[in-house]
Amino acid sequence: MKKAKVATLWLDGCSGCHMSILDIDEAIAAVAQKADIVFGPLVDAQVFPEDVDVTLVEGAVSSQHDYEQIKQVRENTRLLVALGDCAVTSNVPAMRNPFQVKKLLERIYVQGVDTKPGIPTEGVPTLMKRAVPVHEVVKVDLFVPGCPPPAAAIGFVLGELLEGRMPDLSSKVKFG
Amino acid sequence: MPQEISVRIDGELCRASEGQTILDVARANKKFIPTLCFLEGLTPSGSCRLCLVEVAGVGRLLPACTTPIQNGMSVNTNSEKLLRHRQTVMEFLLLERNHYCSICVCNNHCELQAMAQRLGVTHVRFPYNYPKLPVDVSHERYILDHNRCILCTRCVRVCAEVEGANVWEISGRGINSRLVAELNQPWGDSKACTKCGKCVQVCPTGALAEKGLGVEEMAKSNENIKWLAAKRGVHA
Repeated sequence: MKKAKVATLWLDGCSGCHMSILDIDEAIAAVAQKADIVFGPLVDAQVFPEDVDVTLVEGAVSSQHDYEQIKQVRENTRLLVALGDCAVTSNVPAMRNPFQVKKLLERIYVQGVDTKPGIPTEGVPTLMKRAVPVHEVVKVDLFVPGCPPPAAAIGFVLGELLEGRMPDLSSKVKFG
Repeated sequence: MPQEISVRIDGELCRASEGQTILDVARANKKFIPTLCFLEGLTPSGSCRLCLVEVAGVGRLLPACTTPIQNGMSVNTNSEKLLRHRQTVMEFLLLERNHYCSICVCNNHCELQAMAQRLGVTHVRFPYNYPKLPVDVSHERYILDHNRCILCTRCVRVCAEVEGANVWEISGRGINSRLVAELNQPWGDSKACTKCGKCVQVCPTGALAEKGLGVEEMAKSNENIKWLAAKRGVHA
């Protein structure tokens, strides 16, 4: 049987959702029999492959780089899963949203900074005006809220998706 | 004695007495109607709109908590259409201000969070509002975080009806509505506030909380409000 291709993506989040993926413990063995993890912080691949079956996205879309990445990932993914509150609601990354980006960066990198005050521009992507949930940028097929979503929920979602079923999460998952 | 009447709730014949609301009768007959602004013991305000129900012959949805039951009324508390409405109401509650469950003192003790889960809301389909809202930390014992306020007015009602202090009021209209202490002054400057904390205990979210607590540390208890209200003669 041909193995399914699963990818994970880490946008503006704390990596806690990826930790929660690892927390599915021995259930990963069952996943590994049915799927290969082809992209994400847990593997070495540098380029997002074409025709991925399932991509789990952690984090809000916060920078120009996030925006371009999620667009490309969507094009190459059959089922896109927003994993965790940052991807689903924009959560903590959105706490900056009521403030102007320029004022925010000045407050952090210039005001009251003793050594080399200045807003970094090289090697860092431009911030978007607002950090937004993934589904404000591209179509999302499944929402798994939680901060992080419990490992059991992730295991259930992966198991169902790899069996070709769309998991019913209503009332099983919560924000926060 | 109030007059005995009979009504139908979800097709079931139910006994009720005049003066009861649709919600009273539905709950007495073990029907689930979601509520947030409603709290037993306080005058219902009908502000959250989660308890909307269908009444036969009425062309619009009615809030169960404020609509008096009438003889012969036929009420539907549960349908696909009602669930869709309630989910949308929940989404609007979530998007209006900045609700970050993960870092909230009331995480896992929050009625808003629990209700979103119960209604099966896994995401908000509309853009978030991200307003810039203040946090009032002027009170010696409690904080008011406007980011988490859903304007249910439980605090306003408990303060006026049970404590009798009338500290809280809503100022402004629509999206500009804000909970204010007295004539819009810092809560800590309020002369009328007795520091009893009833508003904190009845608040369904983390908008009102005790000071100095971390994430998930603010569990609330409002079970005694009904008893206190009876003692005060609210609804007598």
